[in-house]
Amino acid sequence: MQYAILCYDNEAEVEAWPRAKLDEVISRHQLATRPVAEQGKLGPVLRLLPTSTAMTVRSGDKPVVLDGPFAETKEQLLGFWIIDAETHEEAVALAQELASHKETGSMEVRPVLMYMDGSNTK
Amino acid sequence: MSELGWIDAALTSARPQALAALLRYFGDLDTAEEAFQEACLRALRNWPEKGPPRDPAAWLIFVGRNFGVDQIRKTSRQAPLPDEEQLSDLGDQESDIAERLDNAHYRDDVLRLLFICCHPDLPATQQIALALRIVSGLSVKEIARAFLVSEAAMEQRITRAKRAISGASREFEPPDAVERSERLGIVAAMLYLLFNEGYSASGGTTHLRGQLCLEAIRLTRLLLRLFPAEPEIMGLLALMLLQHSRMAARLDGNGELILLEDQDRGLWNRELINEGLVLIEKAVRHARPGVYQIQAAIATAHARAPSPDDTNWAEIDRLYGLLEVIQPSPVVTLNRSVAVSKTKGPAAALAMIEPLAKPLDSYFHFHGVRGAYLLQTGDECAARQSFDRAIALARTPAEAAHIRQHIDRLKNLAKSEKRS
Repeated sequence: MQYAILCYDNEAEVEAWPRAKLDEVISRHQLATRPVAEQGKLGPVLRLLPTSTAMTVRSGDKPVVLDGPFAETKEQLLGFWIIDAETHEEAVALAQELASHKETGSMEVRPVLMYMDGSNTK
Repeated sequence: MSELGWIDAALTSARPQALAALLRYFGDLDTAEEAFQEACLRALRNWPEKGPPRDPAAWLIFVGRNFGVDQIRKTSRQAPLPDEEQLSDLGDQESDIAERLDNAHYRDDVLRLLFICCHPDLPATQQIALALRIVSGLSVKEIARAFLVSEAAMEQRITRAKRAISGASREFEPPDAVERSERLGIVAAMLYLLFNEGYSASGGTTHLRGQLCLEAIRLTRLLLRLFPAEPEIMGLLALMLLQHSRMAARLDGNGELILLEDQDRGLWNRELINEGLVLIEKAVRHARPGVYQIQAAIATAHARAPSPDDTNWAEIDRLYGLLEVIQPSPVVTLNRSVAVSKTKGPAAALAMIEPLAKPLDSYFHFHGVRGAYLLQTGDECAARQSFDRAIALARTPAEAAHIRQHIDRLKNLAKSEKRS
């Protein structure tokens, strides 16, 4: 089963990190996901640009386009990993490992219902 | 890096909101700053053990407000300070209340905090220094270093500025829409000055004072988070990001300025460029052009060009034309002439800047640019005069060195002509 591990944190706080800290967290995360990657079980990994660049489109007859992220929240979605895990436990364990390299924020573990990587849509 | 770096980051990013809310409670900057300081000290004691509170700003506001109220009470009669243990447990319930109270005011609080730094009696450099001290929370030492002045001088400057703003009457009612938009414009101008202070450096040997640029970007991001649908704030952030993206390419090994067309574009920071490009596209959707958006659009034209030859100079000419209408100034015309020199040749550019000779007589870049056009038209003697004048006006060694390169080229030209 595929899982999404969604990384949430206070964007303004992460922006206030010194560059060295950001680099260190990213390289630790890369190290943590390497075993999964080596087994060919690491899907796309994404980091998102800040929410200042976000636009939100509200559904309806004439969808309205709004500036900013979908909701004003204390923590923002910063990026995510997609992994292939045998069990839910395995996905949570990786999320724990990833979370242990940061002092703030959360990792949300969500099983994937449908996955299209672009190659199977042709 | 210290293991508790996250606490610094949390305190730094929570500072504008927390301090601004405390300022609203107490109506007095000194009391608010003292209360915030105390809240930070308690955070440093509590957070390492208990972990971060869910909302650091709300935690700091709650603790700071209790402390401030106690201080005020203590002056009339002795009352005990809140118990440390109790404080550390307030994690969620009470700070939720603080949060609910403050969210409604959040935007205007932070805007007010930035706005009081922009007091019209204060010269721009003092406004910037004050914002760095109060809003960013930089130490006087750090600010002094960035401005290349002594710590004592900066201390004095900030003390004087603080006195000036405390004497002024301050409006703590939420501003109306017109007032809000005026404040936003004034604060944006101050943030752009702060950015430019770091970007262009008006003296000294450190041409790039990156920290000031980063601080300006951080505060502008904060402003955009509060006012997410303001196209000019998007434009301002885009402008800063696009300019800052070239930082690594702007100076050579000797600290000398490298012109845009000579820069290694591979060193431009694509992350920042992408963010800037998205922001300017978002801003344009509002169809409310302004000076920051136009300048950002000009920066975009450069950022999009894989090499200098790919630059869309006609577009840049058009954008400067627009800027001349919205905000006419000799410097804008001078900048426009660069685009004109590319599309119509140096003679047309020279004709365009001749009327600027008087207003820009003491402007370094005018003489540098004019010299370059004259050189292109083959008038080496007049070019030499312009370059000499530019060198006399240079504010940094990098600027002077850049012009000297032109002069050296002229000398070599003269030598080789003599030989032949």
